[in-house]
Amino acid sequence: MSSSASEMRFGMVIDVDKCTGCGACSVACMSENNVGVLPDETDKIRSITWLRVYQIDNGQPYPNTQIAFFPRPCQHCAGSQGHHTPCVSVCPATATDRDPKTGIVSQIPTRCIGCRYCVAACPYHARYFNWYDVPWPEGMDKPLSPFVAPRMRGVVEKCTFCFHRYQRAQNKAFTSGEAMGEMDYQTACTEACPSGAITFGDLNNPEHKVHELKKSPYAFRLLERLHTDTAVYYVSAREWVRRQADNYLSGEKLAKVQAGGGH
Amino acid sequence: MATHGKKQDNRSPADWWLFVLGFVLFAAVGFWATPAILYAEKPQPFQFSHKLHMEQVGEGCQSCHAFREDGSYTGIPSLEKCKECHGEEPMGETPEEKVFSKDYVAKNKPIPWQVYSKQPPCVFFSHAAHVANAGLECASCHGDHGDTEKLRTYEYNRLTGYSRDIWGWSLIPLDGPPKRMKMDDCAKCHRDNGVRDACFVCHK
Repeated sequence: MSSSASEMRFGMVIDVDKCTGCGACSVACMSENNVGVLPDETDKIRSITWLRVYQIDNGQPYPNTQIAFFPRPCQHCAGSQGHHTPCVSVCPATATDRDPKTGIVSQIPTRCIGCRYCVAACPYHARYFNWYDVPWPEGMDKPLSPFVAPRMRGVVEKCTFCFHRYQRAQNKAFTSGEAMGEMDYQTACTEACPSGAITFGDLNNPEHKVHELKKSPYAFRLLERLHTDTAVYYVSAREWVRRQADNYLSGEKLAKVQAGGGH
Repeated sequence: MATHGKKQDNRSPADWWLFVLGFVLFAAVGFWATPAILYAEKPQPFQFSHKLHMEQVGEGCQSCHAFREDGSYTGIPSLEKCKECHGEEPMGETPEEKVFSKDYVAKNKPIPWQVYSKQPPCVFFSHAAHVANAGLECASCHGDHGDTEKLRTYEYNRLTGYSRDIWGWSLIPLDGPPKRMKMDDCAKCHRDNGVRDACFVCHK
């Protein structure tokens, strides 16, 4: 597993059974990262949501219908078994890179040339192209976060696991002389989730909650058979939910061996 | 080839003088006229002597430019910091201080300093990483700014609006304190010292 090679690997464990689909994570993310509101937000092909909440159902007629929600941030793929981070390998401008120290896939909008190869390469639709300049209405530019630069038309952007919060936590660690704690660095969506469905931390650190949570027999990742080795784990006790996380054949059994980039 | 060489030999001294004149002319345009057109000056609200203040305070630069508890950096001190020593009555004799007392302290108005080192919004810089962690001296990047008696002229790029200190190339350090605030300077120091120079370290 390539993930063990990095010192830290920040990631999430999202409990799908706890998620109510309220969208607080999405809103917190947009506000934290200066994602603007476009004139026509109903145009979902062109609107931007770094963390999008997808709804799935079990396909059964009433009264057996069940639904589940998948909050989907950037999955911060590492790539295993000779595969690599899909977006990083196609970027001709080195505008996106995987940081081996934190396991975070970066995006530098000022370096991006807007070719959108990465948008096409990402299996999770986590990357968004700025089709328009955001028309910040009068006064709406005032509450912009100074820690994240607003983007312009023509570049790609995506979730960065609130990397600026990591840097802030690092500043605190440098000046106080104490090591960075689990709670010093948490993403905006994790803090906003009212049902506590999102847990964030260092997947490689046994002291962090995610290290244990990802070992659950109900834990899985999206499209694991692509060997993207993502840093976002999902947990659901419902088998039909787990089944929709990958493209299984109708008669095929859920393959637990895939988890962790195994065989 | 032979005819080509013969032609070159036929050049008269006047040809050479014309070449030298053209070279000097265009070099002058490059070195003098272009910056004059590209950069504009902005006055500081009033003059300030770092040297004088360094003689009065006890802890050097940290007396006024300090870290907050969360590890962030105050940068240019707020008016509140100035008021810890300065009242509405000037402490000295200089006309500059009279302006400061009358227009800013008395009116409780923040001082609109022009900041030489102000970076564009896409740049992340951590004083904690450089001072608290790496143990760099302030002067390694800010030069002898702390010993100057006068604030030098603030220049900004007419096209971008950014300070002249932070964007472009440091070809020849011609005037004033060293301008060590450009991306190339950051990248060079990071490379020389084996510090990570991935884009995400400094860009947001």
